[in-house]
Amino acid sequence: MDQQVVLDVRDLHTYFYTSAGTVKAVDGISFRLDKGKTLGIVGESGSGKSITAMSILRLIPSPPGKIVSGSVLFGDIDLLKLSSDEMRNIRGNKISMIFQDPMTALNPCYTIGNQIAEVIQLHQKVSPKEAMAQAIQIMGKVQIPEPANRAKAYPHQFSGGMRQRVMIAMALACRPDLLIADEPTTALDVTVQAQVLRLMRQLQDEFHMSIILITHDLGVVAETCDNVMVMYAGNCVESADVHRIFDEPRHPYTWGLLASRPALCQEGQRLESIEGSPPNLMDIGDMCGFAPRCKYAKDICRSHKPALQELEPGHLVACHFQTKELSLNGR
Amino acid sequence: MNETILRVENLTKFFPIPGDTFFASEKNYVKAVNGITFEVVKGECLGIVGESGCGKSTTGKLILQLIKPTTGKIFLHDTDLSGLSKPELRKMRRHIQMVFQDPYASLDPRQTVRAALEEPMAIHGFGSASDRAERVRKLLQEVGLEDYHADRYPHEFSGGQRQRINVARALALNPDVIICDEPVSALDVSIQAQVVNLLKDLQRSHNLTYIFIAHDLSVVKYVSDRIIVMYLGKIMEIGSNSQVYNRPTHPYTMALLSAMPIIHPRDRRDEKKLLNGDPPSPINIPQGCVFHPRCSRAMDICRREAPVLQTINSGHQVACHLCPNNYGTA
Repeated sequence: MDQQVVLDVRDLHTYFYTSAGTVKAVDGISFRLDKGKTLGIVGESGSGKSITAMSILRLIPSPPGKIVSGSVLFGDIDLLKLSSDEMRNIRGNKISMIFQDPMTALNPCYTIGNQIAEVIQLHQKVSPKEAMAQAIQIMGKVQIPEPANRAKAYPHQFSGGMRQRVMIAMALACRPDLLIADEPTTALDVTVQAQVLRLMRQLQDEFHMSIILITHDLGVVAETCDNVMVMYAGNCVESADVHRIFDEPRHPYTWGLLASRPALCQEGQRLESIEGSPPNLMDIGDMCGFAPRCKYAKDICRSHKPALQELEPGHLVACHFQTKELSLNGR
Repeated sequence: MNETILRVENLTKFFPIPGDTFFASEKNYVKAVNGITFEVVKGECLGIVGESGCGKSTTGKLILQLIKPTTGKIFLHDTDLSGLSKPELRKMRRHIQMVFQDPYASLDPRQTVRAALEEPMAIHGFGSASDRAERVRKLLQEVGLEDYHADRYPHEFSGGQRQRINVARALALNPDVIICDEPVSALDVSIQAQVVNLLKDLQRSHNLTYIFIAHDLSVVKYVSDRIIVMYLGKIMEIGSNSQVYNRPTHPYTMALLSAMPIIHPRDRRDEKKLLNGDPPSPINIPQGCVFHPRCSRAMDICRREAPVLQTINSGHQVACHLCPNNYGTA
């Protein structure tokens, strides 16, 4: 393989210690991301997808949160071993992040140009003037019309889609190797969502970035990702190439997610739904987190946590009933 | 058999916005809803889709008279709701109920589920205390909750369960029409399917009529019999589910549909027809056809004259200068 691995996360555990007990928000996640590729992390709220991203950037509020164990190799440095200063040099520079809500992620008191230039000045030795010139240039790249004028505007003068472009501009200002986008289009209208996704794809090609895209929307995954990791209750339940996830999903939760999309349903047919709701992350002992909602759950699912196994090269599944010898056929 | 239950005629809502100076000669308005007319037939689900700011939620609130329309009439059966006095309106409201988007904000945190469900019945003098208790039991059962849930408080429920409680509350008075304003958009995908199924089941068993307002085109496609596509306070296209989704005629509808996320990675296309720009502000509405600045097929006439809704097929109406003359070349 001549693919260069940008990020290699190994057995990451992030727990939150609360007065009610320990919440195992991320409980043993491993994945790799190649240069120039997009990894989609899918799951419902509380599945640990955002916490995984925040752990990579070491943005977990502590206390109550703590990265208990694991390693996050970015190139050949383990991010979890860096000092805060060293980490600050990476954030926004080599790895940057886009958040879901473009309304709250910008400071209302500074102009857009200022906020983008700030990032550039923090990480590069340039004059304020030069930083502003670069900021305006990057605003042009994310297709904000009349960037020189718009740089003088404040966030409230921008629409939601334009603000998300500003966020992207800010994230890309230092040409990062890795962009983490946490639900970047969830707050946007479909028409604007399509524009923003297309823009991210174009910029990815231009900057040779890797992207981690966190989303609950399988449509967005189908549009943009190369690889997919499905998370449930702090664990990876399935991960594979995007085509395999859509063509040959093997975990019952992935089946449920794929089948519950209304777009697939014929008229008059009932939507497939996953009954019940996501578990309380404090209560899970040694069991499959999905067992209480799984149609196929047997005793073993409630007494042993399934390990992630490689069914085919690159296709990992954590289910007792999906092994090479044994396979459920639920579809 | 196709009994019209609700009729909206030329409904308009302009919200005044304060001018720059006190003596500003011309007052500005947000033209949230700008002259829309449609009917709702008993037992159907009418979907309203559009981008944010197109006036779909305002339409819902206007129908319930939660805000007063600027002009226009709303007929429930044959009563004009906009002409009613407050007490009369209160009586009529039991026939139209609403389910809101945010299941966390739409339940009173200090009310038990029982109190929340009984309140509308008490206000409208429904039965005796024991009748109501019985009705609460039945409602909970219908929305898939248990008896013991009745004495719990909203914080003890998940988002999906709260939305079930909201649905139960809307059903409490046996309304003629239920307006669902983005009922599932705050929920997780797996929970969305549960609530959508519940709404569909209840519709079948009670012969309910829904107005289903949402921005998620795939959900609307799944639940609706007929669909209204709105843009900047105006109706662009009305048609049956298959007319709108399989034979979209208005350029805006086509653009909306092509922006829908694909369902399988093999459907990826490099060149999607995407709309440029954002929806313009409803304060400065473009002259002529409101959609022309973003329309790839805009002609001269589109900049001058606003198109009116024309019927191009039975039940299929479109407001576009390209239709019906050029219908088929689209």
